[in-house]
Amino acid sequence: MHRTVKWGLLGAALCCTSMLAAAAGKSDPLGNVAASFKAHGQAGMDRLERDPMQQACSQPASSEPSAEVAKSISRSAQERVKPPSDGQYLGDWKAGEKIAQTGKGMQYSDDPAEPNGGNCYACHQMAGSEIAYGTLGPSLSQYGKLRGTSPAILEYTWTRLWNSHVYNVCSHMPRFGDAGILTEQQLKDVMAYLFDLDSPVNQ
Amino acid sequence: MKIDKSIFAALAWVSLAVLTVPDSAVAQDDGDNVFAQYREMFGDDNPAELIELQGEDLWSQVRGPKKASLEKCDLGLGPGKLDGAYAQLPRYFADTKHVMDLETRLVYCMVTLQGFSEKDLVAKPFSGRGEQPSDLEALSAFIAGRSRGAPIKVSQSHAQERAAYERGKEFFYYRAGPHDFSCATCHSQSGKRIRLQALPNLTEAAEARKAYSTWPGYRISEGTVRTMEWRMGDCVRQQRLPELQFGSDIAIGLITYLGVMANGEPMNAPGLKR
Ligand code: HEC
Ligand code: HEC
Repeated sequence: MHRTVKWGLLGAALCCTSMLAAAAGKSDPLGNVAASFKAHGQAGMDRLERDPMQQACSQPASSEPSAEVAKSISRSAQERVKPPSDGQYLGDWKAGEKIAQTGKGMQYSDDPAEPNGGNCYACHQMAGSEIAYGTLGPSLSQYGKLRGTSPAILEYTWTRLWNSHVYNVCSHMPRFGDAGILTEQQLKDVMAYLFDLDSPVNQ
Repeated sequence: MKIDKSIFAALAWVSLAVLTVPDSAVAQDDGDNVFAQYREMFGDDNPAELIELQGEDLWSQVRGPKKASLEKCDLGLGPGKLDGAYAQLPRYFADTKHVMDLETRLVYCMVTLQGFSEKDLVAKPFSGRGEQPSDLEALSAFIAGRSRGAPIKVSQSHAQERAAYERGKEFFYYRAGPHDFSCATCHSQSGKRIRLQALPNLTEAAEARKAYSTWPGYRISEGTVRTMEWRMGDCVRQQRLPELQFGSDIAIGLITYLGVMANGEPMNAPGLKR
């Protein structure tokens, strides 16, 4: 209920910028996007529709949303974060490692019966022994060792994974919890991979 | 010289069978390794040359229900004029009143001149894994080769050409899907990589030029030539979006946007890709 109201307000804030553009005689250069696509397997046409965050962040980094829109996006992101139902943040780091390594999931070429991967290595350095890591995100090597496991850091990291836009309005990191990419158990396992002192991330 | 080539070709096919690695979404970490191994064996020899020859045959062969060759196909510089034509595509064509890229124009010629069914051609434009190159792949390789060294000159003089550019640019930043990816997520910063694969920053002229001028390209990991339409579609797949349709406004928009970014660069395709 509350959430719907918030999205509504945000929608209103965004609508006005595009209405202003339209009033200024600028037409939408995209035209009918859906006409260029066809549904394929698990990738339905609904995926082309953008929520307010996606819409506001569909621009070069140089023209990110106004402070007002940014605040509104981060606030509604925060409101939708679901902490672990049993209060336990940490699962099994070995299961977490597989999730961090796996890049598959949600492409039309992927088997929807298989669990989704988290694909963390596409963007982050993690275990020192894995040299095939990407650099779109910062290194997470020694994450737990350096930061400890205080309630605050556990909550911060969970929130990051759930919806990174709480902290950074146009974050490039997928919303693993919010968008339903990973299950609660998978998130706990990935958390353990980051924090467990036996995990290769902390060797 | 001729003999050399065919021995090399045979070798290339055999060893590629050994080197070919499965494509696994974004986790393609073996790719660069394969590339290095390949380079070590073959240097800069590009097996695309063989596919160019197949494309040359297809161009002049009398085929299709209308029993005609493609030799009267107009790729923008006049019927049958191939040299440098690819370097000026996509462009507006008065006969169809649309901006067309090389691949949609080839389909148009195969339909109008040879009588092939557009539906069939568009249903499966690209070869599957381990199959012979599709007609479109072979023809694209051949025609791209006829622009080697020609400076890229993608026109922006017609209103539709400008609209295609704007559409492509706008879509480049379009964040959507369960992972919130846009092209810009992966291609708007320099010096970044996914796993071990270098990500070109396609918003920088120098990197866009290098990328655009080398497509179509021979993909070592797949053992075949892939085209620009294929490249767009495969990145959209990794973006977790539905399937980008061949020859669609967004596909041609993206190619026009990248082409204009690359203007001035000498065409150097087919390239050799990971
Ligand atoms: C598409 C790239 C991408 C993927 C995939 C990705 N991340 Fe990130 N991540 C980022 C970026 C970029 C940042 C930097 C902060 C930002 O942009 O919001 C980040 C930040 C983080 C942070 C905060 C780091 C800090 O110093 O506070 C954590 C923790 C994190 N990611 C964990 C993960 C985990 C675990 C996974 C896999 C489940 C993952 N990321 C997958 C791009 C990614
Ligand atoms: C999730 C990350 C990701 C997204 C999103 C993405 N790409 Fe890519 N793109 C890649 C990777 C990885 C490669 C290199 C693939 C390889 O080496 O096989 C690549 C390669 C390319 C190339 C060829 C570059 C060259 O030098 O040969 C072009 C052009 C390109 N992408 C354009 C796009 C466009 C346009 C979009 C949006 C429709 C897009 N990409 C979206 C990851 C991405």
